Amino acid sequence: MIPCRAVVFVGALLIARAVGAATESSPQLVAATAAHSVVKIYGAGGLRGLEAYQSGIILSPDGRIATAMSTVLDSEGIDCVLDDGRRFEATLLGVDPRRELAVLTIDAADLPAAVPAEERAAAGTRVLAVSNMFGVAVGDERASVQRGVIASVVPLKARRGAADAPYTGMVYVLDFTTNNPGSPGGAIVDSRGRLLGMIGKELRSSAGGIWLNYALPVDELLAGCEAIVAGRSVAVPAADTTPFDLGLLGIVLVPDLLDRTPPFVEAVVQGSTGARAGLAADDLLIAVGGRAIGSRAAAEQAVGAIPAGDPLRLSVIRKGTVVDCELGPRPTVAEGRAPQGAAP
Amino acid sequence: MMAAATIACGVEVDPAVLEAQQARIDAIRRATPAAVSIFAGDSGGGSGVLLTRDGYAATNFHVVQAAGPAVTCGLADGRLYDAVLVGVDPTGDLAIVKLLGRDDFPVAEVADSDRVQVGDECFAIGNPFLLGTDLQPSISAGIVSGVHRYQFPAGTILEYTDCIQVDAAINPGNSGGGLFDAVGRLIGINGRASFEKRGRVNVGAGYAISANQLRHFLGALRSGRICDHATLGATVSTAVDGHVVVADILESSDAWRRGLRYDDEIVSLAGRPVRTVNAFKNVLGVLPAGWQVPLVIRRDGRRQDLLVRLQAVHSPAKLAELAAGDAEEGARAGGDKPEVPAAVRDVYDRRAGFANHHFNVVERDRVAAGLAAVRDARPSGPWVLAGTLAAGGEFRIELSDATATIDLPTGTSTLAGDDEFDRQPVPPGSGGLLPALVLWRRLVVEGPAAVGQTIFWGTAPRQPASFTAGAAGELVDVLESAAAGVVARFGVDAAGHVVWIDLWTSPDADPCEVRLTWPDGNTAGGMPSSIDASFGGEPFATFVIDDAAAAEAPR
Repeated sequence: MIPCRAVVFVGALLIARAVGAATESSPQLVAATAAHSVVKIYGAGGLRGLEAYQSGIILSPDGRIATAMSTVLDSEGIDCVLDDGRRFEATLLGVDPRRELAVLTIDAADLPAAVPAEERAAAGTRVLAVSNMFGVAVGDERASVQRGVIASVVPLKARRGAADAPYTGMVYVLDFTTNNPGSPGGAIVDSRGRLLGMIGKELRSSAGGIWLNYALPVDELLAGCEAIVAGRSVAVPAADTTPFDLGLLGIVLVPDLLDRTPPFVEAVVQGSTGARAGLAADDLLIAVGGRAIGSRAAAEQAVGAIPAGDPLRLSVIRKGTVVDCELGPRPTVAEGRAPQGAAP
Repeated sequence: MMAAATIACGVEVDPAVLEAQQARIDAIRRATPAAVSIFAGDSGGGSGVLLTRDGYAATNFHVVQAAGPAVTCGLADGRLYDAVLVGVDPTGDLAIVKLLGRDDFPVAEVADSDRVQVGDECFAIGNPFLLGTDLQPSISAGIVSGVHRYQFPAGTILEYTDCIQVDAAINPGNSGGGLFDAVGRLIGINGRASFEKRGRVNVGAGYAISANQLRHFLGALRSGRICDHATLGATVSTAVDGHVVVADILESSDAWRRGLRYDDEIVSLAGRPVRTVNAFKNVLGVLPAGWQVPLVIRRDGRRQDLLVRLQAVHSPAKLAELAAGDAEEGARAGGDKPEVPAAVRDVYDRRAGFANHHFNVVERDRVAAGLAAVRDARPSGPWVLAGTLAAGGEFRIELSDATATIDLPTGTSTLAGDDEFDRQPVPPGSGGLLPALVLWRRLVVEGPAAVGQTIFWGTAPRQPASFTAGAAGELVDVLESAAAGVVARFGVDAAGHVVWIDLWTSPDADPCEVRLTWPDGNTAGGMPSSIDASFGGEPFATFVIDDAAAAEAPR
């Protein structure tokens, strides 16, 4: 018998064209149509200024949803609420840590999928932003719609806290306030309702520190989603609740053999985040994020308690001197496991 | 027609663009004269919008709360006007002030805000950051981002229900100003915005109280009262099957007496479908306390139509405390009352339960004038109403200063004019029909000022059952009288006819409900063509009045 080649699920099939975009219709109809394709996502958060909600875009009638990769998804139960009020528990299919993108799936059919534009839009394009900013909409209430213009299409230079944002590719910079709490994962559509991009996470400009209003263009969005769906990116097992540990940053502590093992660094993996931050063998860890810790167990617990995405700072004693090491945003377990630079 | 117009720099512009631009200019030009910039000295200020030629303007409660009885208002014509506080709604964040000195103020045209759709063009006119020191208001344009939004009370009691969300910039100082549609009609009162880590500046989410909510409360606000919001006397929650069901209910509520029970499914309220708890709060939040509204429920698969009377959310004492706010607290700390400026002294009268009692007298007198206009058609002496009962048999009612008598096939009841009416809810089973009719005659013959303590209560639906998607139909003026141990409310239509009477012999019991139907055009007798009386939701009798009988001399 001739061996069959596996059928590859190609990207072109990813986005359904079942739902036609409104053509030359009223702004009211475009707004309503676009809002149908935006879902409200609820997950982890609610503490320290981290919202427990965000937005998502329906990519396919059978339940694939694109959203921003964020702490909201660090939850065993991620809920998606459609604009007809139906609530589904979502599964995290995978993430693209570079684009800070995630794809969720829900068990549903005949959903009003977004219709993507053929290509990236240019500066000057009039757009609508559709998102659940500030969590204003609940249940069967529709996402909020705003209007504005793509001001420019430029590479993103942004930071979150002290760390640089991982994505440095092209983004739309928008002339209106799109990136609010709850907005990440929302849609940018054109005057015909076609999907032009996805609203990104709240970031500040590296240059001036101002809050940015930006979106990931449709080509990057689709490329990232296709890679996740094709399994080329990092898949996160839904049941994985492994706690975060310093090993994921390439920092190996001495074995935890005593009641209060002193948190000495035994080794640092070459080329790892820990190594880049300047950590070295024989450093004694004394504080995590400015809070003193007294044992190996306490150190691991303190690191695990820092939300993914927040800046991580370790203080060590080296040769009698305190040294502070900045490790950038704390990755998720999944990101930590990803080989460096593995994103598509 | 030219295919394209050419502007000064030589760029060809699509005529559609120029037309859209002209339409926007026209809309702004139409709406701007009614915009008010409010300045309240050290207390800050805000915005407002003129509603009537004689100077009644809407604003937010939180704009006037700290200002005391008087504010200074600027219009785009460059003139400043003294204004006096009229009425407040602390829960709904609405207030009415009256600009003084003219009877030809420019006014905003008010639209039906339930027709507003997401994506509609809109613009806000106001005084953001109190920039309007030259009295020229600021315009910010945008689109409607969401409708029927519910905004929790955020650290305050100001609850925004059923509000309109816009991306037009709403900043501090825009509060109280108008939100207008594409043709310059008022669709809402701007009052709130989502602020977060970027500071107290607009980030694309502002909220306006709907014009329909304003319409529902306008009568109560003009009464000078401190207005209250409504509760069903029941709380609701979402059941496992997604339906909205009664989770708790007060047995003292009208809803309970009308038959609402635990676990009943709420199908619709005030004519609007209720599919979520938010939707329930949205419908309720735009209705004043005391209104009667239709409620549709489902129990064991069977649909039931009820008519329920909404009760007040707050006690009068709590409401007064909320309304007083900072100004009062400051005054108490300082040991003296806030000074009433000379400009408004003649139009300001502070009394318990009122923001400004002066305007209650103004409104009561206005309704009195309407009643007086039809008084001449009536006999000046005793009134006789006679005819047939819809259920069969004849009736005769005689009302005079000294006594009142009703003859029914079931017997005769009499009421002495100087009695305490609460002890005589006659005829038996009516809940107090005869006292209601006696007070009605007294109200019409002697005028509201002569009937016990009579206030202008506000407005309420002429037909409580007629709501369209949460919005009330025709509203009529309502007078409330406390006399002879009873409390009665009279609905008075624009023609000066009393169209309904509700009379309570006890505040926590059902009222006797009297509905009067008037013939088209004035008739010789000047009497209604029929009167329906019911008590506790049960019809008591329908009286079909024979004009000839009414004209007869008293027996």
